[in-house]
Amino acid sequence: MAQITMTQALNLAIDEAMADDPGVFCLGEDVAAKQGGGVFKITSGLTEKYGPNRIRATPISETAIIGAAVGAALAGQRPIAEIMLMNFVGVCMDQIVNHAAKLRFMSGGQTPCPIVIRTTTGVGVGFGGQHSDMLEAWFAHVAGIHVVTPSNPADARGLMRASIDANDPVIFIENILCYGLKAEDPGPGYRVPLGKAAIAREGTDISIITYGRTVLDALSVADDLAKEGISVEVVDLRTIAPYDEATVLASVRKTGRALTLHEAVRPFGTGAELAANIQEKCWDDLKGPVRRIGGTFSAVPFASHLEQAWIPTKPQIVEQIKAAMGKL
Amino acid sequence: MAEIDRDKLLDIYTRTMKVNRTDEKFRELLMGGKVAVMYYCVRGQELVSAAAMAALEKEDYVVCTYRGQGEQTAKGIPMEKWWGECLGKATGTCKGKGGTMHITDPETGIMVTTGVVGSGLPIANGLAMASQNNGDGRVTLVSFGDGAANIGGFHEAMNMAQLYKLPVIFLCQNNRYGEHTAYADHTDSPNIASRAAGYGMPGVTVDGNDVHQIYPAMVEAVARARRGEGPTLVEAMCYRMMGHFFGADFSYMPPEHIAEMKAEDPLPKLRKVMLEHQFTEEELDAIVADINAQIDAAVEHALAAPLPDTDEIYKDVLEETA
Repeated sequence: MAQITMTQALNLAIDEAMADDPGVFCLGEDVAAKQGGGVFKITSGLTEKYGPNRIRATPISETAIIGAAVGAALAGQRPIAEIMLMNFVGVCMDQIVNHAAKLRFMSGGQTPCPIVIRTTTGVGVGFGGQHSDMLEAWFAHVAGIHVVTPSNPADARGLMRASIDANDPVIFIENILCYGLKAEDPGPGYRVPLGKAAIAREGTDISIITYGRTVLDALSVADDLAKEGISVEVVDLRTIAPYDEATVLASVRKTGRALTLHEAVRPFGTGAELAANIQEKCWDDLKGPVRRIGGTFSAVPFASHLEQAWIPTKPQIVEQIKAAMGKL
Repeated sequence: MAEIDRDKLLDIYTRTMKVNRTDEKFRELLMGGKVAVMYYCVRGQELVSAAAMAALEKEDYVVCTYRGQGEQTAKGIPMEKWWGECLGKATGTCKGKGGTMHITDPETGIMVTTGVVGSGLPIANGLAMASQNNGDGRVTLVSFGDGAANIGGFHEAMNMAQLYKLPVIFLCQNNRYGEHTAYADHTDSPNIASRAAGYGMPGVTVDGNDVHQIYPAMVEAVARARRGEGPTLVEAMCYRMMGHFFGADFSYMPPEHIAEMKAEDPLPKLRKVMLEHQFTEEELDAIVADINAQIDAAVEHALAAPLPDTDEIYKDVLEETA
């Protein structure tokens, strides 16, 4: 099978969804052919195939973009709205939180809102404080939204298809540092169901529960620690909310230890909810407290060495695992 | 002055009185302690809503605000469902989960009622975008107040609508107050409609208390949208004859403002027009009596209707919980 990048995977998933359903269309800043098919090229080549109405390059107007997506969804279409960088959701939170997320409930089920909000972010490219944040916890805290993030190209293709199929809003978070990852193409029509985690690596001593780019760090650490006789299981949530509780709890019951890991800041992060739930439900199986790793509780800095000090690092992960194992 | 034929006048009068009698009934129930819910009175704005809805087809989409009773009832939501929702009953449009500020009834085109000032405009664009994409010929009307003209979403939505020539009508019901703040204390420009020029869009200010101004303006804006020529901003000057919400203090309204709005009350003016068009007092009274009877029956039905099951709090969150 052919190898594809995550960029190609996302493009292929959107392309085939648009070919299958005339109600699927994209809108966002710079997404059309004239602007180069999106700053990260995810919608490259689609204007030529589907025309300007279905690949709508918009003004820099995040509230109007998400509002339009909401309205079109209420009328039965399946818009894919791009918010160029995740921090810009600050401009359109009302449309996402008060409208997209709640219209199904507030209408008594009459007006579901099937929109995909694609957005990208990531620490490690020097974008500074307003272009780098992982803000998934903001959305995980709101009922009525799926929050999804892929860690590899195959999942990117399958999760994007499933997100477009979903009959509710999906916040689809792409990590800039993952766009270039290559893997085997799972092929046309591939779907990864929402709400299903993957065991990215099996292990018996500790479960790392993570998602997105930090899955790569977790897998790398697991490789290293295997040489020292520590067996690490890596759970890739894929859907952050509502998450696959059964898979998470089963993994922790098996290993007896848990570490949550995310790029977002640690306080009040998704790791806190995961840890609390694991401790409530797996207390008798746990050999020690659930440990949490997250970004530093400050703005993402610019200078490269500061940025590297800010994000969770592999030595930190190793240290936490060894502490949990009583091997420090 | 554009002529309006008798059938259409009768239609507008009937819708206007439906809005007015619904408003009166709601206030009566609230004052009598029969119900205790949030309600945003529409007294003084009945004609604007009625004329706007009379200019639309049944299939057209409407987005309105918490002060949306006029659009909702004039567009034709069945009264039993409307009252059921306002009273928080299982028989309501939204099973009692939306309430007075979030009435939704896709069957009659009431797609969103938002409780957030200015949030309806961007959503209206999306409904209109869907019509433009699939060629269904519908137009979308979004109603909002003068207060909404100062929020960011207004400007983003107006620019985008004109850019794509979306089939949307922006209806600003300028009732001279944004919540408790008078127009002159929130806006220094003389009117809202002139802002349309900034987006390359036609904008018009009309007297919302004069059927011969508001209705033709709505017809023209709807026709323009339906022809694919793009959006129009219609600013209907009117008065909010009560406080921001039922029970709210409105002693901040100066006496001269109250005198002015009483003189401009759209109901006696419309009645006069009807009489000039050879409708009789008896005919008009009979229409109102019929509406009153329908409303009374709908209220009785809603009062007697069951409450939503408490399990409803877990339902309709996501499709999986439907």
